[in-house]
Amino acid sequence: KKHQKKQKERKNEKGPSETEKDKTPVSLLPPPQPVATQKALPAPASAPIPVPASAPFHSSPAPSPADKPAKSKAELKAERRARQETDRAAKQPGSSSSGIKTKVPLSELNPVVKRLPEHVQVDDPAVVKRLAKKLERQQKGQNLGRNLERNQIPLRSDYGYKVSLFSHLHQYSRKAPLTQLLSIPSTVIHPSIVRLGLQYSQGIVAGSNARSVALLHAFKQVIRDYTTPPNEELSRDLVNKLKPYISFLNQCRPLSASMGNAIKYIKKEISNIPSQCKEEEAKTKLLTCIDRYIEEKIVLAAKAISKYAIEKISDGDVILVYGYSSLVNNILCEAFEKSRKFRVIVVDSRPRLEGREALRRLVQRGISCTYVLISALSYILPEVSKVFLGAHALLANGYVMSRVGTSQIALVARTYNVPVLVCCETYKFCERVQTDSFVSNELDDPDDLMVTRKGKTQLENWQDVSSLGLLNLVYDVTPPDFVDLVITDLGMIPCTSVPVVLRVKNLDQ
Amino acid sequence: MPGADKETDLTERIEAFLADLKRGGSGTGPLRGSGEMARETTYLLRRITAQARWSSAGDLMEIIRNEGRRMTAAQPSETTVGNMVRRVLKIIREEYARSRGSSEETEQQESLHKLLTAGELSEETFREHFVHLKANVIEAINELLTELDGTTDNIAMQALEHIHSNEVIMTVGRSRTVEAFLKDAARKRKFHVIVAECAPFCQGHEMATGLSKVGIETTVIADAAIFAVMSRVNKVIIGTQTVLANGGLRAVNGTHSVALAARHHSTPLIICAPMFKLSPQVFTTCSLSLNDVNSCFPVLKILSKVNVHCPVFDYVPPELITLFISNIGGNAPSYIYRLMSELYHPEDHKL
Repeated sequence: KKHQKKQKERKNEKGPSETEKDKTPVSLLPPPQPVATQKALPAPASAPIPVPASAPFHSSPAPSPADKPAKSKAELKAERRARQETDRAAKQPGSSSSGIKTKVPLSELNPVVKRLPEHVQVDDPAVVKRLAKKLERQQKGQNLGRNLERNQIPLRSDYGYKVSLFSHLHQYSRKAPLTQLLSIPSTVIHPSIVRLGLQYSQGIVAGSNARSVALLHAFKQVIRDYTTPPNEELSRDLVNKLKPYISFLNQCRPLSASMGNAIKYIKKEISNIPSQCKEEEAKTKLLTCIDRYIEEKIVLAAKAISKYAIEKISDGDVILVYGYSSLVNNILCEAFEKSRKFRVIVVDSRPRLEGREALRRLVQRGISCTYVLISALSYILPEVSKVFLGAHALLANGYVMSRVGTSQIALVARTYNVPVLVCCETYKFCERVQTDSFVSNELDDPDDLMVTRKGKTQLENWQDVSSLGLLNLVYDVTPPDFVDLVITDLGMIPCTSVPVVLRVKNLDQ
Repeated sequence: MPGADKETDLTERIEAFLADLKRGGSGTGPLRGSGEMARETTYLLRRITAQARWSSAGDLMEIIRNEGRRMTAAQPSETTVGNMVRRVLKIIREEYARSRGSSEETEQQESLHKLLTAGELSEETFREHFVHLKANVIEAINELLTELDGTTDNIAMQALEHIHSNEVIMTVGRSRTVEAFLKDAARKRKFHVIVAECAPFCQGHEMATGLSKVGIETTVIADAAIFAVMSRVNKVIIGTQTVLANGGLRAVNGTHSVALAARHHSTPLIICAPMFKLSPQVFTTCSLSLNDVNSCFPVLKILSKVNVHCPVFDYVPPELITLFISNIGGNAPSYIYRLMSELYHPEDHKL
């Protein structure tokens, strides 16, 4: 039923403009049955299968997604069984593989109609137009027929010359936050969401754990202030209310994988509220759900990861950390409290210089630290015994997506035979797959790269020079062969076991 | 007495040069760039040859060796000074041998053949006095100076052989040689350059502005993004401070990471270095002075409780390097030891 409802919503959004049926793009919010692997099985009854016998299913060769809600799960299963029977009949000798197919759980083989997220299709003008229309539609849904003076959810425009390799990504300027284009007070967007969006876009709240927790707290406030309008169900209306907020936050700064998973969880919880539940009861239930999510997935997970990680820290270790990862800092502080003797080398990089925050916190605890920039890595690595890295997300093909520079550290550490340990909570695991840092990334404000030394700023007028571009990447992906171990709250696993964890997690849900 | 005047004038100049050397290392002083430094050193050595009092080649070599030791002690991180001193010593040996009339082959370096066929040990004392030795040496030094003047152009002339159109080239920091190389290629070919800014001094910014002024498509990236963009790079072309005798490099901080990333993606690593950077020294590390560190990290109030490391140079082993482009052409790193033996005499390796 949930599957059908989601399909219906998507159908309403896309309207008649959805034409590409052959593409299999990635969707922002895949339905609860995930695809852990990229099996090449076609959608049930989508591609024409060369079956000589008259097939019992009645599908057209390439049905539009609108047909999907018409079939229920039982029907799909029947179709698949029938198709497998005919397959077996067609290839008579030795096709034991089809027998095995029936044993595989439905979830893994059910492919999803995936849609590429908008923020990696900036170079396609049709997609940008579609986003603008979507934003208008979302705000129209809230203010029926009211005269709006200004854009309630404005579309943020790109800034500066974009390097050609990254023309498919957004590049925003920090000096032009989205909130400048909003009318105050905003009637469509809740004020705590506006504040959150501003904090994201200015970099005040940064780091994937911090962002997720801030998001969840803001949503709690939204739920507290929410009242169900008459003739509406809380489970459906609240989800619709959240949609413009999410679009707004996405415009302020593209959502992180952890935020995406948190939003998925909230939406699921809201949709699961039974319709006969009273409003107050429903709201308290949701608030406790969110609190439990934060407690379980972030706080307790951090404790579990610390426990595992401290086993790996021995006396006399020299540990290298990069940038500021709240989880790695937590681990180091706890290890220090358990009186392990070690010293830390903090590696930092321009332009964010997040390592200074990590350095400050570690020095406050009394841990002896060394500070270097990332260009001094080859100089400092011979002293290092272990490298601890944090992650922004772990992708389904085993790649680690983290702050830009992490892959470099892993590479050089591997050359010097220093073990690399990545610490990551399971709620950051993501079903996306990526092999390079180009297709899906984030471009930060290019002006950050400018530096004034001795009163002179070399790149001051970079906008005037047409052939000069500044590139400020935020993330990069580290291949799994550079990573020796991933420490999660479920235990210590190799990098390639991520899809297994994803499957286990989804079966639980 | 004119001789005494000349001598005081000479010592003054030497002291002035030593002071300049002490003040500026790594291109931050008045003598910018190793090319400048090599030229200045050679001018000074020519002046010493012309004005100092010496009677035989041995005396001259002693004088030059002493001055050379003082100059390298003033600024140990600048190896070009020592290289030029060794070149001039080799010139003196050659001219002496030529004046003596013995064939040039006896002055060549050790070879297995020589070891096996050497009769008695020939002790060269360089005590004989030749009238025209001074003129010959000065003429040879002038030739050396012309060679120094033309190095950048010679390297830049080879650019079109190595860069094709629509390439993406990565470079690190700022190198005058590489800048000339790329600008020369840009006259005929269209390509894209990615410059890593090379913190903390961010010399890459200067390089990028210089390149973009002649119309080359340039992108500036942070050091941290080097591995991330390396998969789209076709070639890495960098300069270096010194080329070591084994074919390795003593290059600016961060070059080793670039070399490793290039090796991982099987991208060729090309070094543009003129021959005067070739040095028989071993790799020694060198760190920034405290003043420079404070200027780089001004906001760090807890600096006193923290160790901060700021190395200036990196060692890059020869296995990571694909090609050296110098003013005499392209060479593999495995051939560098041979080139070095042609430039310097083995006894001069240690001044």
